[in-house]
Amino acid sequence: MRTLALSDDILLKVEKPARYIGNEVNSVMKDKDHVDIRFAMCFPDVYEIGMSHLGIQILYDMFNRYEDTWCERVYSPWPDLDSVMRERNIPLFALESQEPIKTFDFLGITIQYEMCYTNILQILDLSKIPFHACDRDWDCPIVIGGGPCAYNPEPIADFFDIFYIGEGETQYRPLLDLYKACKKEGCSRTEFLIRAAQLPGLYVPQFYEVTYREDNTIASFTPTVSGIPGTITKELVTDITDTTYPEKPVVPFIKCTQDRVVLEIQRGCIRGCRFCQAGQLYRPVRERDADSLKEYAIKMLDNTGYEEISLSSLSSSDYSRLEELVNFLIESCNEKKVNISLPSLRIDSFSLDVMEKVQDVKKSSLTFAPEAGSQRLRNVINKGLTEEVILEGATLAFAGGWNRVKLYFMLGLPTETDEDIRGIAELSDKIAMAYYDTVPKEKRNGRVQIVASTSFFVPKPFTPFQWAPQCTKEQFLEKAYTTKRAIMEQLNQKSIKYNWHEADASVMEGILARGDRRLCEPILRAYQKGCIFDAWGEYYRHDVWTETFAECGIDTSFYTTRQRGLDEIFPWDFIDCGVTKAFLKSEWKNALDERVTKNCKEQCNACGAARFGCGICTVPRITNL
Amino acid sequence: MKLRVKFSKHGVLRFIGHLDVMRYFQKAIRRAGIDIAYTTGFSPHQVMSFAAPLGLGLESNGEYMDIEVNSLTSSPDFINALNAQMVDGIRILEARLLPDNAKNAMASVAAARYTVAFRKGYEPVFLTEAVVDDFFGQSEIIVTKQTKKGETTFDMKPFLFACAFDDAQNTLTLIVDASSAGNIKPSLAVKAIYDRNHAEFNDYALLITREETYLNAGTQEVPRLEPLGFIGSDFG
Ligand code: SF4
Ligand code: SF4
Repeated sequence: MRTLALSDDILLKVEKPARYIGNEVNSVMKDKDHVDIRFAMCFPDVYEIGMSHLGIQILYDMFNRYEDTWCERVYSPWPDLDSVMRERNIPLFALESQEPIKTFDFLGITIQYEMCYTNILQILDLSKIPFHACDRDWDCPIVIGGGPCAYNPEPIADFFDIFYIGEGETQYRPLLDLYKACKKEGCSRTEFLIRAAQLPGLYVPQFYEVTYREDNTIASFTPTVSGIPGTITKELVTDITDTTYPEKPVVPFIKCTQDRVVLEIQRGCIRGCRFCQAGQLYRPVRERDADSLKEYAIKMLDNTGYEEISLSSLSSSDYSRLEELVNFLIESCNEKKVNISLPSLRIDSFSLDVMEKVQDVKKSSLTFAPEAGSQRLRNVINKGLTEEVILEGATLAFAGGWNRVKLYFMLGLPTETDEDIRGIAELSDKIAMAYYDTVPKEKRNGRVQIVASTSFFVPKPFTPFQWAPQCTKEQFLEKAYTTKRAIMEQLNQKSIKYNWHEADASVMEGILARGDRRLCEPILRAYQKGCIFDAWGEYYRHDVWTETFAECGIDTSFYTTRQRGLDEIFPWDFIDCGVTKAFLKSEWKNALDERVTKNCKEQCNACGAARFGCGICTVPRITNL
Repeated sequence: MKLRVKFSKHGVLRFIGHLDVMRYFQKAIRRAGIDIAYTTGFSPHQVMSFAAPLGLGLESNGEYMDIEVNSLTSSPDFINALNAQMVDGIRILEARLLPDNAKNAMASVAAARYTVAFRKGYEPVFLTEAVVDDFFGQSEIIVTKQTKKGETTFDMKPFLFACAFDDAQNTLTLIVDASSAGNIKPSLAVKAIYDRNHAEFNDYALLITREETYLNAGTQEVPRLEPLGFIGSDFG
């Protein structure tokens, strides 16, 4: 039997001890004496969040198919355990072997959102790995970061030995082989890193030097070691049907955010919503073959025993064989008494028909994400959804028995006026009206319930809005009040509920998202002052962050509210994600001109991703140059 | 057809709570391909019920759940199929077919037997066979227990069916009422022994294993405790 890293008294004291004991169904145990490489895969947030992440399950499965590698998992200890581990000097451990992370060959950290940066430092700290990559020797694992935030790794550049830019399936095998060869040859850690930096998609920050202009923008970004590329091109899987996918995902004991089989039907998105980073980073869209998905669905349900299956993609309605796949699932799931959940489906007669079959209409709600209140602003952000389409979908649904609607909007989008904001209230009201027009009095099941939620817009790298100034906290709040007032003025205001997000956290996210290397210092300092779990409202300490930036002499408006010049060198410009800067610039201009750009299925806009020679780009279509 | 399934729970499974064990079994039964019955309605769920929840930190050799199946082959087939799906620390011990009129597992529970061992460094020097016999010989054992509404004081004696200490093994055996009406936590009984001997009690000292869960095969007046699986029969 395995011995646990934590003693009984600790496990009986902390909340949800199951977070730390491993032993879950389908978790992989290997004999450590029969593997060459120990890989610790980390999601720097609490277990229930980390376990819900598909990317980790994919890589965990991929690594463990390698006979010479044992991949284990590690998540952030919740603050209750965090303080016990510090008090008693207990090193952070991996769930499977329960052995210290420090003894591993690699520590891979997936970086899904900016607000987890201090949690990365917590992981390093509890593992007793020096914060700065340059202070590490062969006694420490190679710390490698990946995920969407690796597309602007600069604010956390000092803390990583390597960043992996792009999809993990392609370069890990060559990296592991290089590692084994270097160990055999007795190379220094630096020598290994120099050779790793020459593999495609891998970025080793310590071998690059940044210089700044007087106005604090970047003057140059250059490699300091010869033979290392100045530009890192993202890695991607060209044929995603023919790649590894976990047939036996790990099944947690405790309820996690994602408590079901997740079937990834496609990667990327054909739509180019201009605020959306995922829509650009993962281009071109690549579909998995529906026949192999059907096989996976059955195998995964059989191997996990889950009672629910969900389709995962950025925009499922765009998947070309969706109807066929969904009908197959409905049939086989009905037999197996399995529920189907279908997030990110466009509301139309097909999806309503499906939803009626798979869920209880009375209990479920419709979701629309118009993102902006007026058609003008929706053109600016290139969100194809029109008022007509929304009202049509809602009317259909109301006739079918639904009476709850959720609407998602953003506040603070470029060019937004009070008129656009009032559009949020007006659209909500029109939907309520559609309900009362559609459903006769005697058939109404109480009032229609409309919940409008707004989040604050944070400009992200590699989007057409990367040049846009972000709003200040005061502007954000003013916009939320305007929305609130406008909703109160509506005829059906009693049917409309309005929620808005915290403004402080959005400002913070904005600083980190478009930050540069000079942010490494304040991030470390904020961590040392006790900031962790910043993504969790109850732990986020805005005052500490504000104070820390001031101490480091950093004017945060440089990162947020500043209007960036069209020719400015951005901290992330050395990364080539496929989509060219010229394309993003033309999209920024189209946005300001309120001009809509067609999606990849309608027409190719020559964004740059075609050079990968895969997915939608290889389908013959009109090209707009 | 109703089955009563007996299982054990050891090792790291001590840290998996009752609700999560239920969720675990729901999935294991699907993986094993057992032809379990489902409720009707929009979100069908498995017909399954558990006998008595086991507290976090406790081990057990005598847990029970009842499930309803549409078809079955044999007890050994069933046990093997489900065991093939178990993780370390949990084993299926028996599966018995229940008569149609059997009360469900939870309603059937009358008592449970526990072995209490002591953690290294926390062994109570004062505990001997004689001390425990003296304790159990009392006509009344007044204890206070914490409830949601505050403290209540009551006589535990009628709910404590047996209590003995093994000097050689240094373990205590308890049989206590475990019915929904009079459920007694084993640690409460152990605390009463400590209190009577003016010893300082620490919950953490105890390593508790539930050895068996019983039903009453006798009458109200003359009870006869038998394992919960007693009313069932092996099949196939
Ligand atoms: S539909 Fe728009 S917002 Fe959604 S993933 Fe695609 S580009 Fe992004
Ligand atoms: S190259 Fe054309 S088809 Fe390919 S992703 Fe870009 S716009 Fe879409």
